[in-house]
Amino acid sequence: MDFTVALAQIKPKLGCVADNLLLIQEAVERGIREEAGLIVFPELALTGYFLKDLVPEVALSLHSPEIRRLAELSRHISIAVGFVEISPDYHFYNAALYLEGGEIRHHHRKVYLPTYGLFDEQRYLASGERFRAFDSRFGRMGLLVCEDMWHLSAPYILAMDGATTLICLSSSPGRGISEADTLGSTASWRKLTSSTAMFLNSRVIYCNRVGYEDGVNFWGGSEIIDPSGTVTARGAILEEDFVTGRISEAALRRERISSPMMRDENLFVTLKELKRIGKERNS
Amino acid sequence: MSELRVNCLLLQKILVGFVREEIHKVGMKKAVLGLSGGIDSALVAYIAAQALGPENVHAIIMPYKSSNPESESHARLVAERLRISCQVVEITPMVDAYFDLFPQASPLRRGNKMARERMTVLFDHSALLPALVLGTSNKTELLLGYGTLHGDMASALNPIGDIYKSQVWQLSEAMGVPMEIVEKKPSADLWAGQTDEQELGFTYREVDELLYRMVDLRMSRAELAIHGFAPEFIQEIYAKVQNSHFKRRLPIIAKVSNRTIDRDFRYSRDWGK
Repeated sequence: MDFTVALAQIKPKLGCVADNLLLIQEAVERGIREEAGLIVFPELALTGYFLKDLVPEVALSLHSPEIRRLAELSRHISIAVGFVEISPDYHFYNAALYLEGGEIRHHHRKVYLPTYGLFDEQRYLASGERFRAFDSRFGRMGLLVCEDMWHLSAPYILAMDGATTLICLSSSPGRGISEADTLGSTASWRKLTSSTAMFLNSRVIYCNRVGYEDGVNFWGGSEIIDPSGTVTARGAILEEDFVTGRISEAALRRERISSPMMRDENLFVTLKELKRIGKERNS
Repeated sequence: MSELRVNCLLLQKILVGFVREEIHKVGMKKAVLGLSGGIDSALVAYIAAQALGPENVHAIIMPYKSSNPESESHARLVAERLRISCQVVEITPMVDAYFDLFPQASPLRRGNKMARERMTVLFDHSALLPALVLGTSNKTELLLGYGTLHGDMASALNPIGDIYKSQVWQLSEAMGVPMEIVEKKPSADLWAGQTDEQELGFTYREVDELLYRMVDLRMSRAELAIHGFAPEFIQEIYAKVQNSHFKRRLPIIAKVSNRTIDRDFRYSRDWGK
């Protein structure tokens, strides 16, 4: 079905869950006013990004009042949001939730925690261990958190699991100044979101945050990409924004007819070869 | 064309946003900085005036008796162009009072003392105004250690610490820093006729090309040699970066507890902001 998606390109406060919850609620209310069916927030929208030793202090369980409050709001609008999750066995995850109809419809723990360059996630967080597509009132979807999308297998698995909409929550630091029109990180992400949509004949909904943490900027530029890889809506660079865009069912249908790569994708060849590679690596 | 060339509009947007947000998020409105008459502090003043509004930027000119009078007139020119408030605090009485006790002090000690005297004036005004002190050290100086620890290297926020001197020139021109400041030879102005490049023994443009490839692109020495850098020059610069690293770090702490500041007690400075 056709629906409107809102991308809340916000500026979370580092380590301030209560303040960020208010910020999120305001954006949710705006999304409802603007008649969006789904609102997407950035990675770690409830906490901010460079948390370091704050991780245990800001972590929320799936049963926390904050998550319950957002689930309540999802009776009016579907919500994809990022936060730090504490599990019953006291592991901490960089997690994303898809909330709909008053409940948690899907729960994804970031699998690929970048620990290089300016990133240090694996020092503080546990890795998720699955990619699963899920059914929503807008069709079958998949959730990715930032670095997950840089691993080809992640969106591939979700698309093979039937997702036709890939939602990526991001906190991408801006870096790589040159003479080009955009930062290096912006240029790379644009190639990535567009190619992912095109390879998998799927829509990509990308929400990136803005603001600065200890001198590091987050560049925003949230996007809606149609299944042909064309960007249909884009947020401001380095500024807060609230982007809305219409998602068309007909466009998905047409793309899947004209470029049936996902139909022809041979799961069994892929599996066979991956198994062989796994075996050879073990031997 | 050098790979150091940058998109000035984009760079300006990032640096202006940085000053605005990092000052506002700690509940402040103002910035204070020392204007030397040189290009680095002029550029930071331009960035700050755009970020905070000229009424929220306060410049202090801090000459010593041996400073070139042209430096002060260039500093005043920047303040006038930007319509930022500006005052002169001469550091001669304080510096001379101290060196009356140590008349044999070397030029190095005297230069460091002057830089630190200026730092104390800026941080005193930080408390007075209140305002955050803006740093004006660029990436070239920081990497070479060409600055005084706890002197000109001290600040609350540094908008230009990740851009090389060559990029400071480019951005300054784009933002409208007066050409007489952009075009003059860089100088620490510690004694008459001093220039940075004479003292360092190479030009900023040369060393920036090397540092960019060595630090940002992480080229090996063999690759750097292929790019035309002399092995002795590579070694000299590598040693400068290595030997000045202490200036870029906080003091090291003897670890005895389970959580030691900055080692296993780790928080961003923007904690809660």
